[in-house]
Amino acid sequence: MLDDVIFWGLALPAVAAGVMVFRFDSMARATYALLTSLLCVGGEVLLLGLDYLGVVIVLMMTIEMAIMAVFMVMYMMNPAGLMPMTMVHNKKGAAAICAAVFAVLVAGILLAPWPSRRGRPPADPTMDLGLSLMGPQMLTMMTLGLALFATIVATVVLATRRGRYDRFGDDLKARTADDAVRGGMGR
Amino acid sequence: MSLELFLLLAAALFSVGLFGALTQQSIVMLMMGLELMLGGVIVGAAAVWHYITPAAADGQVLVVLAVTVMAVEMAIGFAVVTALFRAREVDMTDMAAELKE
Repeated sequence: MLDDVIFWGLALPAVAAGVMVFRFDSMARATYALLTSLLCVGGEVLLLGLDYLGVVIVLMMTIEMAIMAVFMVMYMMNPAGLMPMTMVHNKKGAAAICAAVFAVLVAGILLAPWPSRRGRPPADPTMDLGLSLMGPQMLTMMTLGLALFATIVATVVLATRRGRYDRFGDDLKARTADDAVRGGMGR
Repeated sequence: MSLELFLLLAAALFSVGLFGALTQQSIVMLMMGLELMLGGVIVGAAAVWHYITPAAADGQVLVVLAVTVMAVEMAIGFAVVTALFRAREVDMTDMAAELKE
């Protein structure tokens, strides 16, 4: 009973805040609506008994949305929503596609013969997850690690203003770097 | 509380996110739509773990995967916006396409 109350208390705000993300004029408000929605998702994961992953989601989303708010203010045309404007395209087509996707998903959810529950949850699901990631799922873990490392490199390459090709020429053969401001050790 | 209810929530979040990702012109808003879609995936994976195979950890691994995808998407998205903004002073998908040489 209490679980039902918690489920609905998190599910309704999650979807409502998700809808509000695209209805608010103010980008800051949209960011916090998304934060609300994803915190509710974290709450649902906690409700399902995944304590560690739920807390990870809550912490990660909080930090992520804080960063997102900063980027919003940096780049967006209308961060505070003081000039109402719509920045959408093909609203009708997208609404039709999404309604169709939702209808198909709902039909699948309600019609599929879901298998009954097999086994019981372990006493410590976090331990189970750790043993799995360091054992049979090691390949997944290594792939994730590599993907994250590639992400670090790619973000730095994309975000840097002057890369080594700008500084040392197209074939990287320049003896000295072509910097706007020279400096350091007689360069 | 049942598997179907959780999956319905997941489907609703996914569809709302898809709507955002398809309609929004601003790249940052588009990324918010993707985040919502991944939120739906997380709820779905956690619900399947809880209601179908709680003994195996594979459902949890799927949640870890979705969370990692979220982080990667966010980081790469902001890096691309930064690069695009630096090169062309735009932050919208349509403008980025129009300015293509």
